Amino acid sequence: MKAIVHIGLKPGVLDPQGRAIARSLVDLGFDEVSGARQGKVIEIDISGKNADQARESVTKMCEKLLANTVIESYRIDIEG
Amino acid sequence: MKTAVIVFPASNCDRDAAMALEKVTGRAAEMIWHRETEIPSDIDFVVIPGGFSYGDYLRCGAIASRSPIVKDLVKKAESGLPVAGFCNGFQILAETGLLPGALMRNKNLKFVCRPERLQITNANTRYTSAYAGTEEVVFPVAHHDGNYFADDKTLNKLEKEGRILFKYADNPNGSARDIAGICNEAGNVFGMMPHPERAIDPQHGGTDGINFFKSIIESI
Repeated sequence: MKAIVHIGLKPGVLDPQGRAIARSLVDLGFDEVSGARQGKVIEIDISGKNADQARESVTKMCEKLLANTVIESYRIDIEG
Repeated sequence: MKTAVIVFPASNCDRDAAMALEKVTGRAAEMIWHRETEIPSDIDFVVIPGGFSYGDYLRCGAIASRSPIVKDLVKKAESGLPVAGFCNGFQILAETGLLPGALMRNKNLKFVCRPERLQITNANTRYTSAYAGTEEVVFPVAHHDGNYFADDKTLNKLEKEGRILFKYADNPNGSARDIAGICNEAGNVFGMMPHPERAIDPQHGGTDGINFFKSIIESI
């Protein structure tokens, strides 16, 4: 199985990189852009019986290492 | 008096920290590699140095904060061992949870490297007592991720309890409430982005950092 973890800054936490990206997009003529948030994606190859078990285990990984929950939130997708 | 400096792959202020400790204690600091599993029991004070531990992978300080030696350090710090982290060391301490909050990318997205004026906001602590009567010091800063963040409740608590020891006179990174350095509730764990260990010799451009080390060493 593959677990795909999306990590990003929590709403309300200033994301200067996202802001710079949004400004640059507007500079390129994409006037419809009103904001951007930058995050990261981590793909984890994981063995296990079922998706629920994998999700439970990846949630622990997020809490222990992958995300800093003071400033970041995460979302987990399980594939295959 | 025995002191130690933890060394991670890509630490780059470990020698500076060791020099500062030796200058103040008169005794060479022990260098402890990150794969070690225990801080020797006769160590009185530990410095987590600046640098780019593990290449800043994942988040600054994240991987280091889960390394074998830091696990033991956290345990000992919780039972009272004095521990100070500068720059990457502060990021590591925040990642362990020993200090509240997190260090984010600088607000202006720039790596900032310059001498920084700091106000001493509490000179009545184990890390600042030798500064009694001093209002301002200059320590160098050199970082890309020093923008201190914590929620308002945490910031209020830090302020109320006098746990903000240094504030920036001219905030270089967007830190909440101009915070440069904080300590834990018990006062034995301290972290700051600026580098007192790089302000201990006239050739550094200043010696304001000496009293930082004097304070904590004399308190032990």
